[in-house]
Amino acid sequence: MLDLKDISVTFNEGTPDEKKALQDINLTLEQGDFVTVIGSNGAGKSTLMNVISGSQKPDIGTVEIGNKNVTSLPEFKRSRYIGRVFQDPMAGTAPSMTIEENLAMAYARNKKRGLRIGVTKKRKELFKEYLNTLHLGLEDRLNAKVGLLSGGERQALSLLMATFTEPNILLLDEHTAALDPSRAELITKLTGEVVDKFHLTTLMVTHNMQQALDLGNRLIMMDKGQIILDVSGNEKQSLTIEKLLHEFKRIRGQQMENDRAILG
Amino acid sequence: MFFSMFSAVEIGIIYAIMALGVYLSFRVLDFPDLTVDGSFVTGGAVAAVCIVNGVSPVTATILATIAGFVAGNITGILNTKGKINPLLSGILMMTALYSINLRIMGGSPNIPLLTETTVFKMFGDFWSNTGIDQQLNSWAKAWGAEAVPSTWIVLFIMIIVTIIVKLITDFFLKTEVGLALRATGDNEKMIRSLSANTDNLKIVGLGFSNGLVALSGALIAQNDGFVDLKSGIGMIVIGLASVIIGEAIFGKKTIVRTTLAVILGAIIYRIVLTLALKVEFLDSGDMKVISAILVVGALVTPKFIATIKDQRRRQRKRLELQDKAKGA
Ligand SMILES: Nc1ncnc2c1ncn2[C@@H]1O[C@H](COP(=O)(O)OP(=O)(O)OP(=O)(O)O)[C@@H](O)[C@H]1O
Ligand SMILES: [Mg+2]
Repeated sequence: MLDLKDISVTFNEGTPDEKKALQDINLTLEQGDFVTVIGSNGAGKSTLMNVISGSQKPDIGTVEIGNKNVTSLPEFKRSRYIGRVFQDPMAGTAPSMTIEENLAMAYARNKKRGLRIGVTKKRKELFKEYLNTLHLGLEDRLNAKVGLLSGGERQALSLLMATFTEPNILLLDEHTAALDPSRAELITKLTGEVVDKFHLTTLMVTHNMQQALDLGNRLIMMDKGQIILDVSGNEKQSLTIEKLLHEFKRIRGQQMENDRAILG
Repeated sequence: MFFSMFSAVEIGIIYAIMALGVYLSFRVLDFPDLTVDGSFVTGGAVAAVCIVNGVSPVTATILATIAGFVAGNITGILNTKGKINPLLSGILMMTALYSINLRIMGGSPNIPLLTETTVFKMFGDFWSNTGIDQQLNSWAKAWGAEAVPSTWIVLFIMIIVTIIVKLITDFFLKTEVGLALRATGDNEKMIRSLSANTDNLKIVGLGFSNGLVALSGALIAQNDGFVDLKSGIGMIVIGLASVIIGEAIFGKKTIVRTTLAVILGAIIYRIVLTLALKVEFLDSGDMKVISAILVVGALVTPKFIATIKDQRRRQRKRLELQDKAKGA
């Protein structure tokens, strides 16, 4: 479903601030894969998401979605296939517009926008049904401005907006990070449900290791712009936080040994 | 008094269409577009030149609107494709339009229309035969008006045109494209992630906005009986004043309400201006400074009132707390 080949991104090339954000990334996701992504700050996780969504062009490498090369497709065209939830609850919704208007905009994602009324009676019913699945009572507040919602409610709405058109790929970048623990848990639970329901091919960045272990069928760990660990299936099921940390130290430790050998 | 108020409403409702255009750019698209000063005159110039050359006034007015639309498109292209900042894109277009307008007007800075047939005169004959003017004027006199207007046709046509423009705008902003347009001004990153081409939306939105501005300019020229190259100076401030005054007084809860508020704001602005000009030492040359003061007032007053209210509320709480302390 998603194919990344030899992707590299370097920021500020040729200056003292040069930063290799992604180095030779190769990643293939099958239809229905739910991959959790962990890694320290600055590892390149968000950059990877941006390369997939098209808001960041790779220096080299190709991005394929469903066997279609989309590398040169601008973000707004690519987003027909991609649902996205950002870390900032403010980022995924239009605050001065109502819940139903926001949903109507998301509904039009994979269609051509025309001079038809966006919020029709029929669509309202549909929106209510979808909102019902969130169990937040938002279905009774269709006309409320989204700016009045709490961060958790907004994030739940963003999640719904990103998923209910059943995109080919769902990108979640620390989408629970700005929420309090109980809200984060709710959104995590909703994420599991919605990905299951629509069988979405999903890539989820998180700093919460437990979350990364609980969700999905595959886990990748990134560091310094590279994928340093990729586990799936039974191997992932048996992973624990201790094992992950141990693994990280082992891989990076080995690398340091190598570096030392080269320098020495 | 009645007569000057009547004129204020009449003019105000023509400028209301321009104010709706400014609302679209400044508020809906969140794009401070200064093209307005130029596109307003473009509207008047195109309409005047067409009419003088024998084009029917209705067609001339439509062509004027299209010219404004194109001007707005170009500002949008400068901003989105040329990556020029919004303010500067507008200023560049406004400046260029000054020369373009002079070209359209055949090099003369003023075109008179007094002897030409305008949209208002077109319906005037039919209108004067109905006897509505006499009826309305006799009522006005009965209410104590000394001077009465020679015709009510302008007001009548403008109410209809403005209502139609408002309804079209309301409808447009509720369509799928309209929703995406509003989201472009509200959260551009988000609507792009929902597969909307924000560049094109801005270009279309600014076209729509300046189309309305030019329509207003074309109608003003036909009402005034001339178009003047310099008549657009400060137009953006008048538009902003209307938007801000309207929103402050009538609120902006929904689109339908806000567009009405903007129209009423434009009329109130004219009424206030008319009243201000009645003050002894002020004359029509002071109009621009009065406009600027009105905008400042409309911007500052609501915040000032809110601050005072908040201070009162806190003081009340403190006093309550002191009373409780004494009681205990
Ligand atoms: N637009 C940019 N210009 C310059 N450098 C950038 C830019 N975007 C990211 N970087 C740099 O690239 C590196 C990778 O950033 P990225 O945001 O992908 O990290 P991340 O793994 O998402 O980190 P975090 O966990 O903190 O979100 C960082 O060192 C960052 O400073
Ligand atoms: Mg990040």
